[in-house]
Amino acid sequence: MESNLYKFCLRLADTSFILSYRLGEYVSHAPFLEEDLSITNVGLDLIGQAESLFKYAAEIKGGGITDDDIAYKREESEYLNFHLVEYPNEDFAFITVRQFFMDVYNYYLFTALKNSSDPTIAAVAAKSIKEVTYHLKRSRKWMLRLGDGTEVSHNKTQYAVNELWKYTDELFDMDDVHQSLVEEGVAIDLKEVQEKWIKYVDDTLTEATVTKPEHVKHSLVYGKNGGHTDFMGYVLTDLQYLTNRYPDATW
Amino acid sequence: MENAKNLEEFQAKIDAEIKIEPKDWMPEEYRQHLIRQMSQHAHSEVIGMQPEGNWITRSPSLRARKILMAKVQDEGGHGLYLYCATETLGVSREQLIKWLHEGKAKYASVFNYPSPTWADMGAIGWLVDGAAIVNQVSLQRTSYGPYSRAMVRICKEESFHQRQGYEVMASLMEGTSEQKKMAQEAFERWWWPSLMMFGPHDGDSPRSSNAMKWKIKRETNDDLRQQFIDKTIPQAELIGLKIPDANYKLLENGSYETSDIDWEEFWNVIKGNGPCNTQRIKHHAAAHDNGQWVREAAIAYNEKKEQKLKSA
Ligand SMILES: [Fe+2]
Ligand SMILES: [Fe+2]
Ligand SMILES: [Fe+2]
Repeated sequence: MESNLYKFCLRLADTSFILSYRLGEYVSHAPFLEEDLSITNVGLDLIGQAESLFKYAAEIKGGGITDDDIAYKREESEYLNFHLVEYPNEDFAFITVRQFFMDVYNYYLFTALKNSSDPTIAAVAAKSIKEVTYHLKRSRKWMLRLGDGTEVSHNKTQYAVNELWKYTDELFDMDDVHQSLVEEGVAIDLKEVQEKWIKYVDDTLTEATVTKPEHVKHSLVYGKNGGHTDFMGYVLTDLQYLTNRYPDATW
Repeated sequence: MENAKNLEEFQAKIDAEIKIEPKDWMPEEYRQHLIRQMSQHAHSEVIGMQPEGNWITRSPSLRARKILMAKVQDEGGHGLYLYCATETLGVSREQLIKWLHEGKAKYASVFNYPSPTWADMGAIGWLVDGAAIVNQVSLQRTSYGPYSRAMVRICKEESFHQRQGYEVMASLMEGTSEQKKMAQEAFERWWWPSLMMFGPHDGDSPRSSNAMKWKIKRETNDDLRQQFIDKTIPQAELIGLKIPDANYKLLENGSYETSDIDWEEFWNVIKGNGPCNTQRIKHHAAAHDNGQWVREAAIAYNEKKEQKLKSA
């Protein structure tokens, strides 16, 4: 049995890690060079956040396991990231909306986690919040440009918001793992994050002239519980290619 | 008459090692030479993101992933400085990119080779960035101010890349037999292409003469190539890599003699017949075309904002 704290770490770490994977995949594909560099910056920050949390998870697990072992050598069902970050780089609108949803979430999550009773989580949150503040500034700006840009960009953005909306429920789901950590003061009540998230996203969508989708509950087995979209298998096949092919090698 | 006087003053500055700046008078041929060379350099940085970008998602450790992603980002940054420096000569980046897509502008031919294994990440950093540094250190003294300053900034980062690439090779050479094989094969793939990066023998290079007189270029292709060879062979030997050249030998003066480059291969890849020429341009053009609506949206949004400000 893995401890709740271990799971909590992985939910955070894997979400940043898989999102950074998607951003890494996008390098050299951006609409212009400045944007390529700036997306890569976000991706690098996310790897850094994931790395700190993988290190902590390795410490919790013990027995000589390393951050790389955890990052690279698990079964698909042991990865606990949100579905949202598995979603492919369909186009720049999807990349922007996906990022924006996550940035708003991370902004409020890490702001609250700065006060976590767990000193490592609090320290990671304090360090990450500076980065996330910048990420959010950037993705919000793009939401406005795309939503309120041309007719083409507006439609693409509306479509991406509609398609990705169903994956946002998971961000606020409070299961027993989470609940017990809230009681210990390690984690925070996601209802609070949700309220702030909705308000921020609402305001931005309105300013961007994008309509908020109707809420429809989808039948999903959440990523945070080890259920994944069809996209995930391909991500891991690629990500784990070398460590699977050469299990005895170190890099 | 005016022109002759200008030209005389221009050459006097060059001879006195005074940098030429964007607003200064310069011969049209000098300007054209710089546009060609600097934009080619900018395109090389940007196209060079592809062979290494190819392995970002497959990087085998968190550390390797960060290093590779940051490295590829640095190359994009170099491209950006160089586009900006080229724009000081009166051409827009949009135009430079158009010429690239139309095949009118070139980029370093070395990026037309594929990167089939992780060891290529080591070999490219060590050899391709290593060769670029030799060339760029020399270009820090180039006569055009913005180009020279861009080179000073870029060289610092390139030497990081070179060390990181070498570190990948060294660690593979200490790894499993499969890793050693991977490293040796990547070394063999990139050795000759990196020697080709210095260009043809000076006698065969069509544009060397004025470039030297105007101090755009400070050292000959063959001299620069020799510096690279002399620096690199001992590094290869130190980690146990075998030089893929049956005739190489150490001379008494400490320099190495090597076989001649396969110039047929060199010209063939330049002409467009390398393994990845089409792929590289296609990739770049697709990213650019797919980004068209995004760039248009940003412009439209800014215009709307300005309109609102005016009417407010
Ligand atoms: Fe570079
Ligand atoms: Fe360079
Ligand atoms: Fe470099």
